[in-house]
Amino acid sequence: MLAHFVDHFDYWAMIFLAMAGLFIVIARGNLIKKLVGLGIFQTSVYLLYVAPGKIVGGTAPIVAEGFRVYSNPLPHVLILTAIVVGVATLALGLALVVRIREAYDSIEEDEILRRDHAPEVTPSRGEGAGGKVVP
Amino acid sequence: METLIVNVLLTLMMLAVVVLARTRNLFAVIVLSGLYSFLMATAMVALDAVDVAMTEAAVGAGISTVLLLGALHLCRSEEAKPAHKPWLPLAVTASAGLLLVYGTWDLPAFSDPEAPIHKHVAPRYLADGPRETGVPNVVTAVLASYRGFDTLGETTVVFTAGAGIIALLRRRRRTTADKEAP
Repeated sequence: MLAHFVDHFDYWAMIFLAMAGLFIVIARGNLIKKLVGLGIFQTSVYLLYVAPGKIVGGTAPIVAEGFRVYSNPLPHVLILTAIVVGVATLALGLALVVRIREAYDSIEEDEILRRDHAPEVTPSRGEGAGGKVVP
Repeated sequence: METLIVNVLLTLMMLAVVVLARTRNLFAVIVLSGLYSFLMATAMVALDAVDVAMTEAAVGAGISTVLLLGALHLCRSEEAKPAHKPWLPLAVTASAGLLLVYGTWDLPAFSDPEAPIHKHVAPRYLADGPRETGVPNVVTAVLASYRGFDTLGETTVVFTAGAGIIALLRRRRRTTADKEAP
């Protein structure tokens, strides 16, 4: 049982990280924090890819004299691409957050939804007052 | 020993994420996410993925943190108190996580050299890659030579994202200019 735990701990840690990221995306209302949660979800997937390619006692896949056991290079290639694409999506998401902040003067999901459903006059009255208007 | 190092790093990452989820100050959240990225980069070194570790440290912990801090500069730095207890999201993520754990039950063990992942494409790249491409680093050989078109597609994605960001932020400048004009 202990051997099974040690052998599969990396998968379970990755699942924990992915679910924690998903939880932050669902449960937290702040848009920047949602994006951080999305990033955690993404990086946990890097782990899911790279960890199975590891061989204990092996070395990094750079071929040289005196080494015969190498870890699997293919997941590394795929994840290199994924990291760059991940930062591109993060940058685009942050640009959207900045636009939302300008249009709604808030980056809290609840506040934004309330302004969407509130009568037409509330946005022009400015900050703070929107909370007291019952839609 | 290597397994122990990897597992300790993973435990630290889980701790960082738990603290991150409970913190409401966004500056602290961003610093914690940078810490998490550096731990991830260290874990990648322990997993022999040195190229991934360098990219993660530079892009994941460096550029992402700078981007997040830049966005934070334009926004408020405190998260509002959650309006209700997050029981439903907690239940959803916990049950999804349990299903995934059930799915790992018959996956190959960590660093099992007989696992299918080590049997097929990778040995051919390791055996012939340096000779065919002249690059001793197999990751570079695959990325730039065998799968060069994938990398071209990746640059297309980055270009599209950059164009999207410019479109979003440029529109802002034009609308403020329009408001001032009349």
